[in-house]
Amino acid sequence: MEDIYRRIDTDPRFHALARARSRLGWTLSAAVLLAYFAFIFAIAFAPDWLAQPLHAGTVVTTGILAGVLVIVLCVSLTGVYIWQANRRYDGQNRAIVDDASRAP
Amino acid sequence: MPAVRPRLLVGLAALATGPAFAADGVSRSPTAILFFLGFVCSTLLITWWAARRTRTTRDFYAAGGNISGLQNGLAIAGDFMSAASFLGVSGLIFGFGFDGLIYAVGGLAGWPLVLFLLSERLKNLGKYTFADAVSLRLAATPIRSLAACGSLVAVVLYLIGQMVGAGKLIEVLFGLDYTIAVVTVGALMIVYVCFGGMIATTWVQIIKAVLLLSGATLVTFLVLRQFNFSFDQLFRAAIEHHPHGIRVMQPGEMVHDPLSIISLGVALAFGTSGLPHILMRFFTVPDAREARRSVFFAAGFIGYFYTLTFVIGFGAIALVAGREGFLDGAGKLLGGDNMAAIHLARAAGGELLLGFMSAVCFATILAVVSGLTLSGASAISHDLYANVWRKEASEREVVTLSRYATIGLGVLAVSLALLFETQNVAYMVLLAFTVGASVNFPLLFLAMYWRNLTTTGAVTGGIMGLVTAIGCIVLGPTVWVEVLGNAAPVVPYKYPAVFAMLASFSGSIVVSLLDRSPRAAQERADFRHQYIRSQTGVGAEGASGH
Repeated sequence: MEDIYRRIDTDPRFHALARARSRLGWTLSAAVLLAYFAFIFAIAFAPDWLAQPLHAGTVVTTGILAGVLVIVLCVSLTGVYIWQANRRYDGQNRAIVDDASRAP
Repeated sequence: MPAVRPRLLVGLAALATGPAFAADGVSRSPTAILFFLGFVCSTLLITWWAARRTRTTRDFYAAGGNISGLQNGLAIAGDFMSAASFLGVSGLIFGFGFDGLIYAVGGLAGWPLVLFLLSERLKNLGKYTFADAVSLRLAATPIRSLAACGSLVAVVLYLIGQMVGAGKLIEVLFGLDYTIAVVTVGALMIVYVCFGGMIATTWVQIIKAVLLLSGATLVTFLVLRQFNFSFDQLFRAAIEHHPHGIRVMQPGEMVHDPLSIISLGVALAFGTSGLPHILMRFFTVPDAREARRSVFFAAGFIGYFYTLTFVIGFGAIALVAGREGFLDGAGKLLGGDNMAAIHLARAAGGELLLGFMSAVCFATILAVVSGLTLSGASAISHDLYANVWRKEASEREVVTLSRYATIGLGVLAVSLALLFETQNVAYMVLLAFTVGASVNFPLLFLAMYWRNLTTTGAVTGGIMGLVTAIGCIVLGPTVWVEVLGNAAPVVPYKYPAVFAMLASFSGSIVVSLLDRSPRAAQERADFRHQYIRSQTGVGAEGASGH
């Protein structure tokens, strides 16, 4: 097992994969946190802005639209991550691990 | 016997159409009882089936690692869609309109973070509990004790909250006495967990999640149909019937000061990542890929569920608020605001839907308390007994001890629920989330992502977070003033998650950086190993031998 870890650690593909995966994870996390805390801070500091109707002739407010948009954003970004991970990372990871296990 | 016949017929007729709510606000709906008995019978059958497949610790804690991503996603969503979140959030929207939406958005926002940052690594590092992942490179005894402490405190508080809520709910829905209701829930939950372990707990949770999602979908559909599928018409009707009028569409009816809003937002978003019964579910799937898929399904179901809850809350304002037949003598909603969704089921779909939704809510409570109890039992038997007190314990011994721990936790939960019958339960659930966000989450996050974290630092930070969380809640407005009856709170903030999280993170970081012991040096050196395992899954428990 020690040998496998050492071989993985010296494989440049492993470091490239780890970097790419964590870049995606952190970027998407930042997007979610930004959207979510923008919503929370707007409730805390700009409630009047959220209380406006979307347009004349409707009672739906900016706040309700914003809340629904944050929910939709959260679900779609999880979809983006899954799509990337299935499409790229799983295969790359398997190749790295297989090579490290097979090497003499 | 001609005299008996008509009475029997009347009885049957009453069973089919009987009035749902007696004058005292108790429903005693026969359809609800029939649906509920159906649920209990089928779940007991599942438990019997699961019991024959539960032999090893891996079966008991992790369902043998055989749950698929979709199944686990449903089970995770089920854990999250407790009676408190369905009835509570729709009740908050019914009472305050827009501000109830904060809970819905906050409850969902935690999930993408779990997916991006925790789920795959957790699955690659752990075995049955999140403490496994954390104690991989840190000293097992102190770290497991801390993690078990954080888990047990969160679980017991959450259990009390759910059990007291359950007793009250069942009192209203089925007309059962509070004590009988709480004991029934406790007994069924002990049977599920003791005999069926994680397999039964997962399947009970899956069935309930499907029932709850379909029931809520049906109610939402029937409500929207009454408003020609126009949200504008629905909201207009809600504004017309709510005592606060147009303000139900605007923020500021429930929480006012900015710090409380932000702290509530923090507790909701990060509390999710620290709830032990949810973290435990990542070990029921075979590998990191399925762990990832389960969060995707869970986030989808939870997002959909909260959207429905939002419509149901506003639907209840539009169709139930202030209407004859839904109010008690004082003009309040029968059974309190938490019953808004249940009343709406009757307004939109008649007695049959009312019966179905009532039974689904009871099923929800049973499923959630079972998951909580199992995770508490695993903290006692796996984290404390098998890895701290008696490291040489056999697998059989550990499973047996888990069963005793389940019975013990069940009895404890029932007694505490009886003791706290009259207490406000909101602060206990809040405390559970706060403990999750300020003890378990920082520990897990730093152990996985920060090379410099040492045992001493983690333990110091964890204790600081726990003490701050409990201290702020006890000295804050909810307990110090409302429960203990003091004039003014020592800590004027109702939601202490921000402070507790800060205390926990800063304690862990500062003490770790100052830690110059040889053990700390070894722990930093071991990070490399843990990092590679967390990224690749090589050496992960239950992984196929590469």
